[in-house]
Amino acid sequence: MPELLKEYLPVAIFMAVAAGIGLALMASAIIIAMRKPDPEKLSAYECGFAPFDDARMKFDIRFYLVSILFIIFDLEVAFLFPWAISLGDIGVYGFWSMIIFLAILTIGFIYEWRKGALEWD
Amino acid sequence: MTEILIAVGLVVLQSVALLVSLLIVIAFLLLADRKVWAAVQMRRGPNVVGPWGLFQSFADLLKFVFKEVVIPDGANKGVFMIAPLVTCILALSAWAVIPLDEGWVIADINVGILFLFAISSLGVYGVIMGGWASNSKYPFLAALRSAAQMVSYEVSIGFVIITVLLCAGSLNLSEIVLSQKLGLGTSLGLPNSFLDWYWLPLLPMFVVFFVSALAETNRPPFDLVEAESELVAGFMVEYSSTPYLLFMLGEYVAITTMCAMTAILFMGGWLPPIDIPPFSWIPGIVWFLIKLCFVFFMFAMVKAIVPRYRYDQLMRLGWKVFLPLSLLWVVVTAGALVAFGWVPK
Repeated sequence: MPELLKEYLPVAIFMAVAAGIGLALMASAIIIAMRKPDPEKLSAYECGFAPFDDARMKFDIRFYLVSILFIIFDLEVAFLFPWAISLGDIGVYGFWSMIIFLAILTIGFIYEWRKGALEWD
Repeated sequence: MTEILIAVGLVVLQSVALLVSLLIVIAFLLLADRKVWAAVQMRRGPNVVGPWGLFQSFADLLKFVFKEVVIPDGANKGVFMIAPLVTCILALSAWAVIPLDEGWVIADINVGILFLFAISSLGVYGVIMGGWASNSKYPFLAALRSAAQMVSYEVSIGFVIITVLLCAGSLNLSEIVLSQKLGLGTSLGLPNSFLDWYWLPLLPMFVVFFVSALAETNRPPFDLVEAESELVAGFMVEYSSTPYLLFMLGEYVAITTMCAMTAILFMGGWLPPIDIPPFSWIPGIVWFLIKLCFVFFMFAMVKAIVPRYRYDQLMRLGWKVFLPLSLLWVVVTAGALVAFGWVPK
């Protein structure tokens, strides 16, 4: 535990200092600048109109699809990190195991591509 | 107990020193960005505040601080105010693990690159929170676009990092830099030089990383998040004063982080371009800063020269070109390393 703490405590301290700078910047305007709110100023911007309806509207399913695809590939990247570091120890056997895994994933990728999951028009 | 306090105090001092100098460097990089952009368009750029406009960024800071903080009525006020803080703090905290010179790093953790990868992934939260909490249409659309864009290029950045890791054999950023001391150049009998760095053997990945870095930080030509002609100012439409400043600051810190990552992963970090006097007399941090500024200059030139992409083109480039290419290059690199027995122990 102390070893871990020694390595990561500086990161926490650094983040705390960064948070301090961010908060100070934000607070300075809230304290210094004058505030004169009126209904027009506080309404949502919509090219001069009063907002027609709620902004939390329906959106394209593709954004959802992209994030699903991202999860698959990001997990793949997370799986590759330890493999890349220990390739020297696991040798040819480890290399081919990963190639088989990547080949299966590539088949899935080709399927997505053919199905049109990557099209944007 | 006192030893621990002294150690903690030292880290606090180092953190403050690094953050303050980082912010000052960014103030001038911002000015340089505007000056480069102006020069390409045959304009002068900011030239009124201070000699050659050198203090422009500081004047801008003062202006931001004296502006009114507008929080829209319909906004989720808590999330609305937290979003810029999240963006800024996450962007700044990446610098805890970046080595400026041999041993010049706040936290020399053994998974430095993983930390950077995680922090840059989290960056999307600030944008999503800001866009959602504004409760306005333009920010909402921009936040969706931004999430999809940043997430798409995250994948190819991940694969590019894997290829570098395969060659370096370590997740520690300092060790990645040191592993670039020996390489193609030295195997030909030349002294340690810029030919040893990873940009040469991994040239396609260097290009992919640079372009993905542009997309990841929402820089032109991939600034669809704030495409002025379509989305006014993207997810920042409802922001004003220092909350807006924090978003801008976070963006520029993220850009500088990406420049630093490019310098570390592909351009030998603090190593001199040729390891013979007089180059080897110059301290490493100077070389690191020169490389950082060089990559930033490339960022600025791209912004000035290349027209904006369309959203479908952006997605096609990310998913249909960079993803297969970088995946293939991971396999090729690993195959070559295993076949020739070059895998680092």
